[in-house]
Amino acid sequence: MSHAGSFASMILAPLAAATLAFIFPRLGRWLAFGTAGAVSIAFARLTRLLLDGGVQVHRVGGWGAPLGIDLRADGLAVFMLLITTAIGAAVMLYALRYFNARRSPAEGHQERYFWPLFLLLWSALNALLLSTDIFNLYVTLELLGFSAVLLIALDGRRAALTAALRYLFVSLSASLLYLLGVAIVYTRCATVDLTLLATRAQPGFPLTIAIALMTGGLLVKSALIPGHFWLPPAHANAPAPVSALLSALVVKGSFYIMLRLWFEAFPGLITPAAGNLLGGLGAAAVIWGALNALFQKRLKLLVAYSTVAQLGYLFLLFPLAAGHEGRFTAWSGGLVFLASHACAKAAMFLSAGNVVRARGGRDEIAHLEGMSSLQPISTFAFGLAGLSLIGLPPSGGFAGKWLLLRAGLAAGQGWWVAVILIGSLLAAAYVARVLVHGFTRAPVPGPARPNSPLMEWTALALAILAAGMGFLSVWLTDLLQVGAPAILIPPAGGAP
Amino acid sequence: MTPQGLLLVGILLSSFVPGVMIFFLKERSHGLRTGLNLLGAVVKLVLVGVLVVNVYQGRSFSLTLEFLPGLPFALGADANSLLFVTLSAFLWLWTTLYAIGYLEDSAHRSRFFGFFSLCVTATIGVALSANLVTFLMFYELLTVSTLPLVIHRGTREAMQGGIRYLAYTLTGGAILLLAVVWIQDLLGPVAFQQRGVLDAVVDSHRTELQLLFLLFMLGIGVKAALVPLHGWLPRAMVAPAPVSALLHAVAVVKAGAFGIVRIVYDVYGVESAARLDVLQPLAILASVTIIYGSIRALFQDELKKRLAFSTVSQVSYIVLGTAILGPVATIGGLVHLIHQGIMKITLFFGAGNYAETLGIHRVSEMNGVGRRMPWTTAAFTIGALGMIGVPPVAGYISKWYLQKGAVLAGEEWVALVLGASSLLNAAYFLPILYRAWFLSPPERWPAEHHFGRWETNWMLLVPPLVTAALVVLAGVLAESPFSPLAWAKLIAAQEYGP
Repeated sequence: MSHAGSFASMILAPLAAATLAFIFPRLGRWLAFGTAGAVSIAFARLTRLLLDGGVQVHRVGGWGAPLGIDLRADGLAVFMLLITTAIGAAVMLYALRYFNARRSPAEGHQERYFWPLFLLLWSALNALLLSTDIFNLYVTLELLGFSAVLLIALDGRRAALTAALRYLFVSLSASLLYLLGVAIVYTRCATVDLTLLATRAQPGFPLTIAIALMTGGLLVKSALIPGHFWLPPAHANAPAPVSALLSALVVKGSFYIMLRLWFEAFPGLITPAAGNLLGGLGAAAVIWGALNALFQKRLKLLVAYSTVAQLGYLFLLFPLAAGHEGRFTAWSGGLVFLASHACAKAAMFLSAGNVVRARGGRDEIAHLEGMSSLQPISTFAFGLAGLSLIGLPPSGGFAGKWLLLRAGLAAGQGWWVAVILIGSLLAAAYVARVLVHGFTRAPVPGPARPNSPLMEWTALALAILAAGMGFLSVWLTDLLQVGAPAILIPPAGGAP
Repeated sequence: MTPQGLLLVGILLSSFVPGVMIFFLKERSHGLRTGLNLLGAVVKLVLVGVLVVNVYQGRSFSLTLEFLPGLPFALGADANSLLFVTLSAFLWLWTTLYAIGYLEDSAHRSRFFGFFSLCVTATIGVALSANLVTFLMFYELLTVSTLPLVIHRGTREAMQGGIRYLAYTLTGGAILLLAVVWIQDLLGPVAFQQRGVLDAVVDSHRTELQLLFLLFMLGIGVKAALVPLHGWLPRAMVAPAPVSALLHAVAVVKAGAFGIVRIVYDVYGVESAARLDVLQPLAILASVTIIYGSIRALFQDELKKRLAFSTVSQVSYIVLGTAILGPVATIGGLVHLIHQGIMKITLFFGAGNYAETLGIHRVSEMNGVGRRMPWTTAAFTIGALGMIGVPPVAGYISKWYLQKGAVLAGEEWVALVLGASSLLNAAYFLPILYRAWFLSPPERWPAEHHFGRWETNWMLLVPPLVTAALVVLAGVLAESPFSPLAWAKLIAAQEYGP
């Protein structure tokens, strides 16, 4: 496969398959697996090219920016694609057994729409990760949001529909803010290309407003406090595989755009105060999300609030990666944390899905007695994923936190250290709460509905990946080095 | 990977692999589970034996893997590791046998033995860690793998005990993590090294290092049950007896004590620590813990609780020996690491036998138990006499070296502490022995079970007899070249030698 072919297949294969799956719903799962194969091969090829020859750029139609559209794969993009591919594949395997048309027509109906929407979401996400201009990023973000809303609504219950609708409105308003910012940027700088913007952007009031608008929109989409209110109901009421996709991947899409804007397009325009503001909101999210998780009565809501808390850690990257030392350490720490959270949270939603499903849809934490004996593998997966969320070694969560802590001390910003440690203890408290209830003796004789082993094992595989990710962290950090934003590596001879 | 590295990995895997396999066994595959358990324990013991022999002949063992950027995962076997690894591997074998007998016919055995094996893997890992971050990793793994054992019974009380355990140990873990990151910021990656790694920075970073020492002691002191961080230990008594035995003698508490030994000798270096004036406060804290634990033990009627407070007290002997400058005190502390382990495990095995065979949980129910179960009670008696420090049993050796070390270091007050502690030990153990041997048994026991021709199940009887025999041997043969004392002397010679 050629270089252009790899780029094209990453985006077009899932898109084409999504269209076909809408038309031929019976073929949905086969199309999905075919796509997974094609995307994996393209991804492997792209990674190979990147590791051998550095950053890969593809000029669509040969035009090149600013006239045409560029697609680019640098270390960060490939890193994110890797997470997407791994979790996408796991969720697919899970969904294969989760929707069972023979058991109930409602589930058959859900499955009919799940595959095309899933493929659409995948295509949008891949396109987002490979885009190089802020307008394309808008388009892909919009597509991602739409497919996510529809996937939440699949569940069909009233609570899910309400949550989906609310998410739709929030998502649309946030996108509009972002688009407004893009418009201002375009009028000022006459380009939307990330690299060109870095050279053309001049400090000034209009661009400050534009960046604030874009950032504001993206923060709501990434569910940073105070824009987090839509997330828990949306993630908790969606079907389990959808919850996993949303928490593991979709919220990270908008975060990824934040990184591109702040560190690539406008690095010169970001003040330390702005970085500290984001870090402060992140810290608030870490504490507030965890406290909320601790007092939830329902399992899936607990997991969803945990997402709010864990996303908060990612935003500590902004002040730390702009510190006078340890910038790249902070950057890689935040991203390794992101990767491990993606795997751990997907594992957690999938295993919670197994437990809830076996109990006929009931998910009160107080009624989890016997979970450990009735669903041992899912309980184990939940626990392992929990270790990564808490940040115990050798999990990816530990590696990420370690790097962030190192960066915090190196940059002389010790207060983030306290946030990270307190957040870990709170995470331990809410994970332990579930497990301790799960260990109490079971009064019920057996599961109402046994789960397919495939569903249990997919959750466990993701959890093991998260819990052992510390050992991959050196490799992941090396990957992130490829084409990392210049601002992260201080010029030789002293800090900038 | 070198053959030397493979041996270290093999020692870890010999309990990890059976543990993981056991998780997936059906509840009823009793034979296979037992086989895997014992096979793992025996293989581990053999491998540890090979390791000890090789290290004795002067070969060195280490293994390094890339873990975090600039921070390797490193295993190694120095004299300190061997002390702890031998204790763990040896006692694991007997505790496994005991646990198999103890949990016969109870529920969730696969889950239990799975975590049991992980727990031992973590303990061995703590022993074999060659740098701080590897130590931290296994230390946390130990915390996590022990929780399911503590809450194994699934009762309300067990849950509460488990939550308290987790709250204490994870908070300690977070503080330890902070200390590890901080010291790394100061010195770069810290590998354990005899006489410490601080020489160059002791004077330039005095306050910072003192603060770091406090953080290390807070973080590790939770597991070592230093007062006032000991609150989890008596509550964790709700765990089944083999778990308590493991917790007190080998795994959690001992890992804490071992951690303190590591920090003082192999990170700070005992002489640098003395120059920083941090040893004196540690010695005082250890003394307070010794007296406090003994006094609390005096008032417990529940046998396991009394033993738990006794652990709080006895483990601090190790800390005390560490905190006194001078080779003789060091020997006393290190040798107690082994002695306390074999004595306490004997006592817990005994307590478990009384509970399982006769339904006895309280000291006040133990009248005449020596006549019904003479073998168990004999083992229990040896353990108790050791704790009091009656010659020639193992505990006497530890106390003698501690006393002498303290006097040599000019810390005579420590001798008073030790004397008071011995009196208190006698005050809470002798009444038990008196009841057991000299009072007449009741009409009927609370809940009696019969196990054929022996006083109890043979799998419950053999382990305490073996460990009790060891308690005697460690004392009587203390001067032989293979005793724990000889090994402790070797370490002390390396720490203080030219």
